[in-house]
Amino acid sequence: MSTHTTDSLDAEPLLQATELFKAFGLTEALDRASLSVTAGETVAVMGPSGSGKSTLLHCAAGIMKPDAGSVRYDGRELTTLSDGERSELRRTEFGFVFQFGQLVPELTCLENIALPLRLGGMRRKPAEAEAEHWLATFDVTDAAHKRPGDVSGGQTQRVAVARALVTTPRVIFADEPTGALDSLNGELVMRLLTQAARDSGAAIVLVTHEARVAAYADREVIVRDGRTKTGVLA
Amino acid sequence: MSIGHALLALLEAGPRHGYDLKRAYDTHLGADRPLHYGQVYSTLSRLLRNGLVEAVGRESGDGPDRKRYAITDAGITDVEAWLAAPEKPEVYLQNVLYAKVVLALLSGRDAQRVLDAQRAEHLKHMRELTKRKSDGDLVDQLICDHALFHLEADLRWLELTTARIDQLAEQVRTTTEGET
Repeated sequence: MSTHTTDSLDAEPLLQATELFKAFGLTEALDRASLSVTAGETVAVMGPSGSGKSTLLHCAAGIMKPDAGSVRYDGRELTTLSDGERSELRRTEFGFVFQFGQLVPELTCLENIALPLRLGGMRRKPAEAEAEHWLATFDVTDAAHKRPGDVSGGQTQRVAVARALVTTPRVIFADEPTGALDSLNGELVMRLLTQAARDSGAAIVLVTHEARVAAYADREVIVRDGRTKTGVLA
Repeated sequence: MSIGHALLALLEAGPRHGYDLKRAYDTHLGADRPLHYGQVYSTLSRLLRNGLVEAVGRESGDGPDRKRYAITDAGITDVEAWLAAPEKPEVYLQNVLYAKVVLALLSGRDAQRVLDAQRAEHLKHMRELTKRKSDGDLVDQLICDHALFHLEADLRWLELTTARIDQLAEQVRTTTEGET
């Protein structure tokens, strides 16, 4: 059992997960896993299926509480926040892109992108104006008034990325964002995601088992059997 | 593939005749391309000249060469450096990577470090290609994509080998026992 990372040691981390443990029943999903991300940095979390990389993302993003260990974001300890406080943090500071199933099927693509702004209290018109800007940026204006089920997989994922970016998050958590796409669409999504994050200064935690997707990141963290190890592959 | 380094690594288990070295090489690494005796002896001569092996005795008998060769300290250092240095990521690297993993296992080194160092080197090169592709025109994109797909295939092999490293170590151990 061995796991390795290249790790950024120069800058102060914006997000730092340290020595996380997480078990589901008798299965240890994380076993002293650590991850740090600096502002504006894209880090790929790689590993085989079942290695614990998605669990690491969920713990680092405050979706899931680890059984032990620390997750610090911008000076705050996430593991001691209440569920409500963590929800608020996720809504205001983080963006999420998953492989599929993240858009509300009853809403149009435009409404889906505007949704995080509406949940934050923004009025409908300015929220939808902002959503239109993102639809144009990602070249999916045609999908504005269609529901997610009525557009292609590539367009759906671009809408999902737009929705993750619309609140100008400081960290975007992307879990296999191209997993359901063909090579060309996957590449387009990765280029749009990384370019938009670079423009806004957002960091990305990118979970993937595909090396070609990981190659969009600044560095990689390898997870195996729930473990990570830093500084081995400097 | 560096035959010299392979022979040096095989000599770490103990002094051997040229014939035994060829047999060990063919068993572990030369299934598709066994060594010729000429290659073995010319390589050993070069290693001897460079101080990486030494002759430790000659047995009487028929045959072209009954010298036994032993690896020197300089030879061990040379093998160590070769195994530790990742290969330049190029297409169709499997032969040399496989040889490094097997030789690391045979010589009691951490084969996982060989795989990890290579993975990091491949990903570094893939990042460079991805950046070049992002900044370039369609021709750049097509050229880089070709290289990226091949590198990705290598990485899949590295990942599979990592998953099977214990199994491979056991097989190498069993084969080595069969030699003696």
